[in-house]
Amino acid sequence: MTMFAVATIAIVIAMVLALIRAFAGPSLYDRVLAGNSFGTKTVLLIGVMGFLTGRPDFLDIALLYALINFAATIAILRFFSYRKPKGDPAAPINKEGAA
Amino acid sequence: MNEFHAELSPIVFLDLSLLTMLVLVAFAMLRSRHLFAVVMLSGIFSLLSASFFVSLDAVDVAFTEAAVGAGISTVLMLGGMLLTARREKPVVPGRAPVALAVTLLTGAALVYATIDMPAFGDPEAPANKYVGQAYVDETPSDIAVPNIVTAVLASYRGFDTLGETMVIFTAGIAVILLLGAGSVRGGREISDLDDQGEEKS
Repeated sequence: MTMFAVATIAIVIAMVLALIRAFAGPSLYDRVLAGNSFGTKTVLLIGVMGFLTGRPDFLDIALLYALINFAATIAILRFFSYRKPKGDPAAPINKEGAA
Repeated sequence: MNEFHAELSPIVFLDLSLLTMLVLVAFAMLRSRHLFAVVMLSGIFSLLSASFFVSLDAVDVAFTEAAVGAGISTVLMLGGMLLTARREKPVVPGRAPVALAVTLLTGAALVYATIDMPAFGDPEAPANKYVGQAYVDETPSDIAVPNIVTAVLASYRGFDTLGETMVIFTAGIAVILLLGAGSVRGGREISDLDDQGEEKS
């Protein structure tokens, strides 16, 4: 029980660190990575939460979260390849990393 | 007026830290003018609220929140962003005080209304007394599902859930027919090739 409580605290601290990166940026990729690692922390937190309450029935839910997180990250990264072509003056693209 | 007190457990502190992070993310979304950051933060907001729902033992609601909030709507908002600007226009000041006053008044009224609510997990609360108690009593013998919210959603209200699924399915088909599959912006075809016919990197 103590072990799971300590693990929960560690995961919450890691979540806060990922949040700080998502707030600060500065580049788009920092934010994508922060969102993805936040999703991973959510999976871990749900896993540990089940053991903390003594009912690890929801472990497979955590696995499904991992799948959603994976698919969402792929979809977000596809966004970078659907950007408008470079010579289009009507839609200026901000350079990589410009916040 | 009520002798029931919610027990202070590690889960309560976990809930508090999750709610604190939710508030922080909400304020960061309000402050940011960079739309991509707002989209990513809204995904994080959905993941956080999904964790909070799991902590409240509503795993089905949490799963819907994660799939719709962190998955689909992030992608939809990114797709919307492709059609518009990357940055929000600066807000014109002037009407802010009135809006702030209205928001604060509404918020104060809502907080005042919560004072009358029963404590979290109170066995004497109306929600836990009548039908709710029947679900709690009979779920283990009726359906061998470890979570009562799941049992209510998928079995006791199974036809209701089936109807909802049909409504959403019909709405999805209608939207696909209206937009026209495989086209965007009035029929322009989507292609992975750019104007020169080269594959984009």
